[in-house]
Amino acid sequence: MDNQGPVWEVFLQKKAGQPFVHCGSLHAFDKEMALENARDLYTRRGEGCSIWVVPSNAIVASSPEDFGPFFEPSNDKVYRHPTFYQIPDAIGHM
Amino acid sequence: MTTKEALFKYILRIGDTNLILGQRLSEWTGHGPFLEEDLALTNITLDITGAAKSLLEYAALVEGNGRTEDDLAFLRNDRQFFNVQITELPNGDYARTIARQVLVDCFDFYFYQELSKSKDETLAGIAQKSLKEVTYHLRHTSAWLERFGDGTEESHNKVQLALNELWQYTNELFEMNEVDEILIKEGIAVDLNVVKTKWEKHISDLVEKSTLIIPQNVFMQTGSRKGIHTEHLAFILAEMQALPRMYPDAKW
Repeated sequence: MDNQGPVWEVFLQKKAGQPFVHCGSLHAFDKEMALENARDLYTRRGEGCSIWVVPSNAIVASSPEDFGPFFEPSNDKVYRHPTFYQIPDAIGHM
Repeated sequence: MTTKEALFKYILRIGDTNLILGQRLSEWTGHGPFLEEDLALTNITLDITGAAKSLLEYAALVEGNGRTEDDLAFLRNDRQFFNVQITELPNGDYARTIARQVLVDCFDFYFYQELSKSKDETLAGIAQKSLKEVTYHLRHTSAWLERFGDGTEESHNKVQLALNELWQYTNELFEMNEVDEILIKEGIAVDLNVVKTKWEKHISDLVEKSTLIIPQNVFMQTGSRKGIHTEHLAFILAEMQALPRMYPDAKW
């Protein structure tokens, strides 16, 4: 079928305060339909409390060829990881 | 008629309307216009069938002669069903299914608002739960009515034709008889005149927003309060009831 509308990406927030996490994509012809379809496809079992839908073509993505120059230079720089700090348990989700 | 008999008939009327509409809508499952909308309508269908189950369960309890909700759903004949006729009509195309659904969702939205104030706690509870579901159904189907009405010339014509043909079945939603009279006095039933005023205003605004027209001077169908139906109901029942009637002890 080629007439099911443009693709949208769906982001769900599990609880207030938590980040929105990408959970999948869907087809819809307008914003309202995208939001409703996201609700029906991804939140029927209490998976979230808030939804973002974004037209897929509005997302700018890196390509696999970029992997080397984008990500490899960080591999040998251990000092970028704050592993020397103790995080108190009370801080919780971080 | 005793209050108990009236209550039984009242619950059957609401339960049957949900059951038959749910059965009708379930025909779309796997055949929706595209995957996402197929799922959306199937979700709506499940909500409606779920309400039917709660209501028929309660009807069986009120009747109190050992019949279960399954007996009520699967072992009654068409003349013993009290669903409004609009629910048994064939789905037609998607515009027609949406047009019917908007008319019924909007009725349910105001009906459940009133019923959630009922002195019958079980009915009030079912109404409160259903109201949340129906609020979403109405939002979803209203958006589709607007898309069809204000869409292409073809979608506009199809949905207008559907409205023209369905309108004759809308007055049945608001018909009241002895059952309502008895139960309104007890604070159990809803005064459907109140629902009608709100429904007419809502539908009129929505239809106008969708660039459609409400048909005028339409002859109104009637009958379901007495168990009189269109020729379509018996066919739905034949399909829905075939298995339990053929294998009465089947378990699933």
